[in-house]
Amino acid sequence: MILYVLLAFAYAFLYIPIVVMMVFSFNASKLVTVWGGFSTKWYAELLTNEKVLDAAWLSLKVAVVSATIATVLGTLAAVVLVRFRRFHGRTLFAGMVTAPLVMPEVIVGLALLLLFVAMEQAIGWPAGRSMTTIVVAHGTFSLSFVTVVVRSRLDRMDASLEEAAMDLGARPLRVFLSITLPLIAPALLAGWLLAFTLSIDDVVISSFVSGPGASPLPIVIFSKVRLGISPDINALATIVVALVGVAMAIAGRVALGRR
Amino acid sequence: MTVAPAPWTDPASVPLIRFDGVSKRFGDVVAVDRVDLAIHKGEFFSLLGASGCGKTTLLRMLAGFEAPSDGRILIDGADVTAVPPYERPVNMMFQSYALFPHMTVAGNIAFGLKQDGLARPVIAAKVKAVLDLVQMGKFADRKPHQLSGGQRQRVALARCLAKEPKVLLLDEPLGALDKKLRQQTQLELVNIQDRVGVTFVMVTHDQEEAMTMSSRIGVMNAGRIQQVGTPVEIYEYPQSRYVADFIGAANMFEGTVSSASSAGVVVACPELAHDLTTAHADPLAGGHPVTVMVRPEKMSIGRDAPADGFNWARGTVADIAYLGDVSIYHVRLDSGRKVEALQANLRHTERHKLTWDDPVFLSWHPADALVLTR
Repeated sequence: MILYVLLAFAYAFLYIPIVVMMVFSFNASKLVTVWGGFSTKWYAELLTNEKVLDAAWLSLKVAVVSATIATVLGTLAAVVLVRFRRFHGRTLFAGMVTAPLVMPEVIVGLALLLLFVAMEQAIGWPAGRSMTTIVVAHGTFSLSFVTVVVRSRLDRMDASLEEAAMDLGARPLRVFLSITLPLIAPALLAGWLLAFTLSIDDVVISSFVSGPGASPLPIVIFSKVRLGISPDINALATIVVALVGVAMAIAGRVALGRR
Repeated sequence: MTVAPAPWTDPASVPLIRFDGVSKRFGDVVAVDRVDLAIHKGEFFSLLGASGCGKTTLLRMLAGFEAPSDGRILIDGADVTAVPPYERPVNMMFQSYALFPHMTVAGNIAFGLKQDGLARPVIAAKVKAVLDLVQMGKFADRKPHQLSGGQRQRVALARCLAKEPKVLLLDEPLGALDKKLRQQTQLELVNIQDRVGVTFVMVTHDQEEAMTMSSRIGVMNAGRIQQVGTPVEIYEYPQSRYVADFIGAANMFEGTVSSASSAGVVVACPELAHDLTTAHADPLAGGHPVTVMVRPEKMSIGRDAPADGFNWARGTVADIAYLGDVSIYHVRLDSGRKVEALQANLRHTERHKLTWDDPVFLSWHPADALVLTR
């Protein structure tokens, strides 16, 4: 019984603020803390706010591209780790691939920033902070998450399926495309959605590698909040929460569902 | 067998598969140790051994999943040692069956044929033919998870047969089936093999399975082939203590040769009151340490002393295991040694039924006492 109470408290602590924020996004009053009746005007206002729309569009593009890159690279890393049991530097490789999971984001962001600046001076690319730098940064750290998801799926997959395909005359590439890929597809989708979610709500790393010309949505929200909380932020945040929630729900379903 | 009765006895017959000094090491572990083996066309050959004896590694090397550390493998005269699995004329039926879960039964079978670049109608016809062969025609559109274990096994077999391989490899093919189904499937597999004429190489740890199905058996232990022979040879004439002990039950008596003649070798065993006469033809020197092996069913048990010319020993019944069709009598000899004798229960109301602590005579023919020197 006590445990349930504790559980209820924990969930309340985590989710009541979000619920409150969502409720106040439908507040007619301009004062964030005073309820002035139901209204969707802040959503309408958002849709006319060029700056917010641009940021949202940029975030979406970055999330799609970086999630795709992370999924391709992360899957390759997972296949190498699971199917090639013995090669020089395997342990090092396994460690390096998953290290960003536990690396403080501030450090990753700073390191990437330093790298981009140094590269710009050395070879002239990337020119300034732009969508490119954000995509590269997001792709890099979400790759680790994809690797973990795909790796666990591959571990559970019966390796004799691939051997059987090879035995039946399929060359390694055909085996991968016809057998391995369809069987790990749910994990790829889950990994992609996870990478997408990580990218779309990232603030810390983005704040290092984004520039004046390219600010993703969380950065814009963050800077708006510093000037004082306005109800349209609540509306924006509600949309982001809904989007992320849906993505995670699909990812969870796919990853845990059909084996 | 429809094949020439025993191609392995014909020196002119060229084997289909040859292992030529094949070894496989995993790090420091020697899984397969200098194996030489010849398997002929049309054979149903079994590799039999306890788990970890190297039989599966040997099979996987034949399929191409493992590369030998030493030696060569030849199939139909061609050296395939360095040929990848997808180019070898062999197909393997996996212990887990390894059916592709995202394809239908027909899709599974067609997969291998598509790799050969066959035309669609040809593939469809072949799929139908093999499904009919294994009596699974009605299940063509099912997914593997909608099939029972026995049905999956048939599909896995059909998938291999569709490729018309020169050699079909079976890795513990019946291990996942329950006992009743297994016995039925054993005979069915042999019948199918008979019909298609493909050479089968099977790995199993189940000696009954190997005896029932095989034309010849290779008994493996610690990476080496201990003996190769027909089921009868392996059972009746094991060449080593290991094989005698591994296949079936055996009473083993340690002893030394006391005399040898053209009629056979006489062995003195400290555990037996009388010297053992055997029909062992090889004249061993006196004092040579040997083991004499007698199968339990070759021992007659009774209350009366046996006729002349038989080996015999006296003891009391210590234990009786009644198995229905047969009973196994554990007899304690006067020396304290326990011996197993097996007798068929022909009539269940025997007048002179033996029971615990009865004094009995065990007797066996010299020809049934096998001398083992290894």
